[in-house]
Amino acid sequence: MVAQESHQHSAPQGFIRKWVFSLDHKVIGLQYYFLALTAVFVGMFLSLLMRIHLIWPTAVLPLLGEIKPETYLSLVTMHGTIMVFFVLTTAPQGGFGNYFLPIQIGAPDMAFPVLNMLSFWTTFVAYVVMLAAFFVVGGAPLHGWTGYAPLSALQSAGPGQGLGADLWIISIAIFCIASLMGALNFITTTLDMRARGMSLMRMPLTCWSWFITAILGLLAFGVLLSAGILLLMDRNIGTSFFLPLGTINGQLTGHKGGSPLLWQHLFWFFGHPEVYIAILPGMGVASQVLSTFSRKPIFGYKAMVYAMLSIGLLGFMVWGHHMFMSGMSPYTAFAFSIMTMAIGVPSAIKTFNWLGTLHKARIRFQSPMLFAIGFVSLFVSGGLSGPFLAQPALDIPLHDTAFVPGHFHLIMGVAAIFGIFAATYYWFPKMFGRMMNEKLARIHFFLTLIGTYSVFMPMHYLGLAGQPRRYSQLTELAYLHPLMGLNTFMTYAAIITVAAQLIFLFNLFWSMFKGPKASDNPWEATTLEWTTATPPPHDNFGGRTPVVNNGPYEYSVPGAPRDYVMQSDPATVTAH
Amino acid sequence: MASFTPTIPAPRPTTSRGEHGNLPPVVGGGDGGRPDPGSPDYGARLRRARLGLAVALTPIGMLFVAFTSAYIVRQGLPTFDPSTNTVVHDWIPVRLPTLLFLVNTCVLLLSSVTIEYARRQLARQVALEPVQSIPGVSLGAERKFPWLELTIILGLCFLAGQWLAWSDLAARGFYVATGPSSSFVYLLTGAHAVHLLGGILALLAAGVSVALNRPLASRRIVVDVTAWYWHFMALLWIYILALLEFAR
Amino acid sequence: MGLVLLCVIWLITFASTYFFIAKTWWFPHGASASTAALDHQFAVTFILMGVIFVAAQLALGYFVWRYRDHSSAARADYSHGHLGLELVWTTLTAILFIGLNLMGSPIWAAERFRPAVDGATRVEVTAMQFAWYFRYPGPDGKFGIAKPELEDPSAGGEAALGLDPADPASKDDVVTGIMEVPVGREVEVILRAHDVIHSFFVPAMRFKQDAVPGLAIHMHFTPTETGDFEIACAELCGLGHYKMHGMLKVVSQDEFDKWLAAREAEKQ
Repeated sequence: MVAQESHQHSAPQGFIRKWVFSLDHKVIGLQYYFLALTAVFVGMFLSLLMRIHLIWPTAVLPLLGEIKPETYLSLVTMHGTIMVFFVLTTAPQGGFGNYFLPIQIGAPDMAFPVLNMLSFWTTFVAYVVMLAAFFVVGGAPLHGWTGYAPLSALQSAGPGQGLGADLWIISIAIFCIASLMGALNFITTTLDMRARGMSLMRMPLTCWSWFITAILGLLAFGVLLSAGILLLMDRNIGTSFFLPLGTINGQLTGHKGGSPLLWQHLFWFFGHPEVYIAILPGMGVASQVLSTFSRKPIFGYKAMVYAMLSIGLLGFMVWGHHMFMSGMSPYTAFAFSIMTMAIGVPSAIKTFNWLGTLHKARIRFQSPMLFAIGFVSLFVSGGLSGPFLAQPALDIPLHDTAFVPGHFHLIMGVAAIFGIFAATYYWFPKMFGRMMNEKLARIHFFLTLIGTYSVFMPMHYLGLAGQPRRYSQLTELAYLHPLMGLNTFMTYAAIITVAAQLIFLFNLFWSMFKGPKASDNPWEATTLEWTTATPPPHDNFGGRTPVVNNGPYEYSVPGAPRDYVMQSDPATVTAH
Repeated sequence: MASFTPTIPAPRPTTSRGEHGNLPPVVGGGDGGRPDPGSPDYGARLRRARLGLAVALTPIGMLFVAFTSAYIVRQGLPTFDPSTNTVVHDWIPVRLPTLLFLVNTCVLLLSSVTIEYARRQLARQVALEPVQSIPGVSLGAERKFPWLELTIILGLCFLAGQWLAWSDLAARGFYVATGPSSSFVYLLTGAHAVHLLGGILALLAAGVSVALNRPLASRRIVVDVTAWYWHFMALLWIYILALLEFAR
Repeated sequence: MGLVLLCVIWLITFASTYFFIAKTWWFPHGASASTAALDHQFAVTFILMGVIFVAAQLALGYFVWRYRDHSSAARADYSHGHLGLELVWTTLTAILFIGLNLMGSPIWAAERFRPAVDGATRVEVTAMQFAWYFRYPGPDGKFGIAKPELEDPSAGGEAALGLDPADPASKDDVVTGIMEVPVGREVEVILRAHDVIHSFFVPAMRFKQDAVPGLAIHMHFTPTETGDFEIACAELCGLGHYKMHGMLKVVSQDEFDKWLAAREAEKQ
């Protein structure tokens, strides 16, 4: 993979080399982004079907007919899987990270451009395989994105658990390999290709977030791959890694001795770092945007870096908090709960520092900033339901109730998405040379902020009341009947919120072609991507190599001619 | 507005690890003074490739760490037996074709030696390439011993040997799903074999690149990286064998 | 825009907080011995997190309004941070979070670190797609052998559990579809599952535990009030997950003895 050195290949000619099998990290970044864009609309559509079915279980939908319980569960499974993998693990890292990491560190491309191209197309293959599960006999699997064995390991456990489940596992395995290839590139690039003067502690926080995310991925995806291999073996060649002696519908399964908990340990050892993979880039973007639009250095840069590093490290030590009710030893549960509370500390530090950045700022409210502010609000809301679930005693009434999806949707399903929106509005001018429409952006922002809060804050109430997760209908348990009103409200809110995203979609594509032309640095920002042309040339800096003299967030420097000093400007007197 | 500082007029952009302070401008070779066979960033490319390999070996390691932990857990796992209402352990270690595994180990270690020779041979060739054109200079009495080709053959012999080992197990009635112990034997050795096959394919690609007249420097980088990968695979194999033999 | 943001953020905060404080949707009434301590720990966590929630959101809203850019605004403060502040709030947060956890750990310990007391009412709870079965050991006090190969779910009761008729201990086992227990006495549940993971969740008892195939998990709780309490399955188990519910009937000791005696008599 070293054969091609990026700055040795001239700009490619021809449609295929330029747009399909491009080696240019910028094109690859856009490919990832647009893959994630299609995935998020698929995922949202699935969730709308879920919400509609919950409040009108007997409804017959056009084209789809009646949604049976197993269909509902396959919607749940595929919604979660597609959103977590093909949106949250793809757009922030593969999309924006690919596009902007090399530019922000002053490099002409990623370390291994051919590998980069392969990592995108491998992700694409994984995506196609995942979608194929909908169309095979039996349909998509119903075992949830967490795929607990034995439900996921027994072909006869339900409709969709045949070929559909196999395709799901194969898709995830392919995705693991694609992610590992990407992580390899990100880490090598960050360590080996920074421009002169770009020390690690002068990197923008976005670069730190992509770097740490890549390390998390490097360590976690191998374990998921191993779990997937073992599961495929149990399903298809008769091994019993996860399957104990048991029967299904009165028939012996033919397996014995395996442990369902082993799947949970392997899955969550990956699964917990995965949620930090989903949120860290959003934190990086939030820091970047908050600083830019506050005209202030980020409050506590070093603390922000150490906080992200701690989150990454501790993220590998808390996986058992998903398993408090699983039958795991209660002593182990206690140990995991202490670590889980500990990981709340760096998250709190980051929140304080974001607030500190806003304190005594000069805030400009363009669209990226709206979403960054929204990110902070959502991160606080979603984060604070964590300490409830982190205590095993309190997890007893709350585990596997709607409280849990309330928690993780606010963080992953909204805050991380707001990070993607903020990044989109922020970097759109640089990527496409035009500005997005601010009026539409504001409508999009307010509808989405209010809409998502209206959907996911009530989930906490439902959880307290004891509404279990993954129920295709709420009609069977008497104590759930009083909750239908709130569920109905949430469904309407969800419909409106999803509709509001069409405004974003329109704005995105309209502005690409018809938006007002953008200058090279419309936000008056300091990092290296704003020093180069818009859009950047093939080798990012037009034959020149940037030299970095300043920190990444030198805004409102006393005595400076403007209220921002770019990283490649002559050194400021007060060095960072 | 974008602003530029005066930048270094390098013929090609060079990148470094971003050291502090005022270093003199770097023109041409950026690899710490090593000889520069034609492309100024050859040393940097080699270092980058090695860094990439070190990073790539991490998830491979994690895969086998995960398999190991599954192995250890499974060995000690108590399971509830309803027919006696008690908790039982059902781990029975399978007898391994130890002699065959040991022979394979020797083959693999030998191939590690040959690939190391191949790696150094190619490094020397690359270093001497610029001066080859000087009349009277030659590589001396060094024959072009086919270390690379030998490694490929030994690698294939190892894989063949593993196949024989699996056949031996199968002949005694131990297949993948026969029992937990046999499952792990096939799993661990099979996963290792797949990764080793990847290494063999990389070596074949390096061999093919000779025929295709690829630059020597690129070929050296491929072989260098594959050689380190190969040594890792050898160590991994020893680890797997030790795990299967001793952690029963 | 700053003012609009402040209003929106503050309104969302107040609306959310209102419904939490008003307990419009809340835990069902607890009827177990662990309820008081657990609900108290929840309340403490809730108040602390609630205060932080309100403070943080209000501060966010206030800051984006107060420090908005306008022509007469002062230049932004060129500050890279404040180490002292960082140390203070890091330490306070750590003490708060870890302290909260340690405060709640005795509840967890009381629930889970000790086995059931002697004399507890023993019930084996078996989960399968998609029903709950409950087995009482009968006068001999022993649970009989149940063999997976003997299971016949369509026949219900003893056959669904695969009770071995050849085993004398299983002859007197009482199998029911409703779980009946006496009030005021600890109940030991032995959780089992035949096929996939299920979870035995009784909100009113503040009790939940996964039932895992291949394991027999011993847990306990103590009902303190009589009544009928719904049991929900709380781990995705297949298409019938939503309708896999059961009923826990807590009755007086007398009633329980009469009921059990009647069931055991049927077995003769």
